[in-house]
Amino acid sequence: MSQKIPIIRMGRYLLVSIQVDMHDQLALQLQDDLTASIQKHGAQGVLIDISALDMVDSFIGRMISDISGMARILGARSVLVGMQPAVAITLVELGLSLPGVATALTVERGMALLERSDAPHE
Amino acid sequence: MAGESINGILGTPARLKAVREGWVRDLLKVNAQTRGRITPEELTAQTSEFLDLLGAALQSGTVDVEQAAFAPVRAFLEGISRSRALQGFTASETATFVFSLKQPLFAELKATAGKDADALASDVWTTTLLVDALGLHTVRTFQQTREEVIRRQQEELLELSTPVVKLWEGVLALPMVGTLDSARTQVVMESLLNKIVETGSEVAILDITGVPTVDTLVAQHLLKTVTALRLMGAECIISGVRPQIAQTIVHLGVDLQGVTTKATLADALALALKRTGFTVSR
Repeated sequence: MSQKIPIIRMGRYLLVSIQVDMHDQLALQLQDDLTASIQKHGAQGVLIDISALDMVDSFIGRMISDISGMARILGARSVLVGMQPAVAITLVELGLSLPGVATALTVERGMALLERSDAPHE
Repeated sequence: MAGESINGILGTPARLKAVREGWVRDLLKVNAQTRGRITPEELTAQTSEFLDLLGAALQSGTVDVEQAAFAPVRAFLEGISRSRALQGFTASETATFVFSLKQPLFAELKATAGKDADALASDVWTTTLLVDALGLHTVRTFQQTREEVIRRQQEELLELSTPVVKLWEGVLALPMVGTLDSARTQVVMESLLNKIVETGSEVAILDITGVPTVDTLVAQHLLKTVTALRLMGAECIISGVRPQIAQTIVHLGVDLQGVTTKATLADALALALKRTGFTVSR
């Protein structure tokens, strides 16, 4: 299976939209691709849109948290956007509160958040 | 054979009529005490339908109520007890519908047996078993219906006790009243999170003025809700923390770091408006 999650470049930011059912292999592939892209484009921020994701397990939860951590180390801020209520409840029940991961309701607001946090540096 | 005598009675139109009239008379006597919630016409219709169904069921030669032949009789009784449960009849009033059939039936059995005491005793026993089984079935259904009513009311109460209100553009509030347990927190969390998605609100205020006590469990539930909200990208403010509760939380050692708390809903709203970029001026 050669399914891949597209990573879209938008100026200084990268947009990852997870539109398919996440499985473990795909998640690991995404980690590789995203870290490579951040380095290649020198991205300042990463938006991870999970509004189409309606089910998570502990592995995917961990993976989301890991991706933010990796992005941070590479010098990019990450914002998790559009989490579904059911997913939020599941993550909380799993004890994964994703500390240190910025969140926003929509891609638009996530983008505004990134821009706001970038502003003082300019 | 078991049930033969009753079968004979129900199979003879004249005797069937006598049983029915006796039964209706008894029922009407009881009905007068129950403030006449059922009209005599209704009762007559119900009794004759029941006796027809019973007669048909007995044709199968069995008196075991659990048999398939009795399915229509059972269904009819279920309908009756369900409608009575909803009308507010008591269990005994509902059961009387079936049990009051005994007297007229026994009278007819006595007339059939004449002086044969043995036959009468065995007939009476068979009939008693049959009527009792039917009566028990009625009471069982009655109770089930009542329990359903209670369950539905509980659910409605749960829904009613957790209204999510929109305070301002982008600001939701959830005034919580009463003790918070796991089931309620779950409902609260779900309705709040769904409303956040629906309205695209950025700030939610959890008002716990109406929560009598906050123990570690309640605090944990609150923290879960706050975390879930944060994960979705909304911010949560807890308001209505009474001095007593503030003391309890500190004494319990509950860590509310990272959670914004305010003493009153007004303070929380002021903060929420500031966060969403509104200014209020006099």
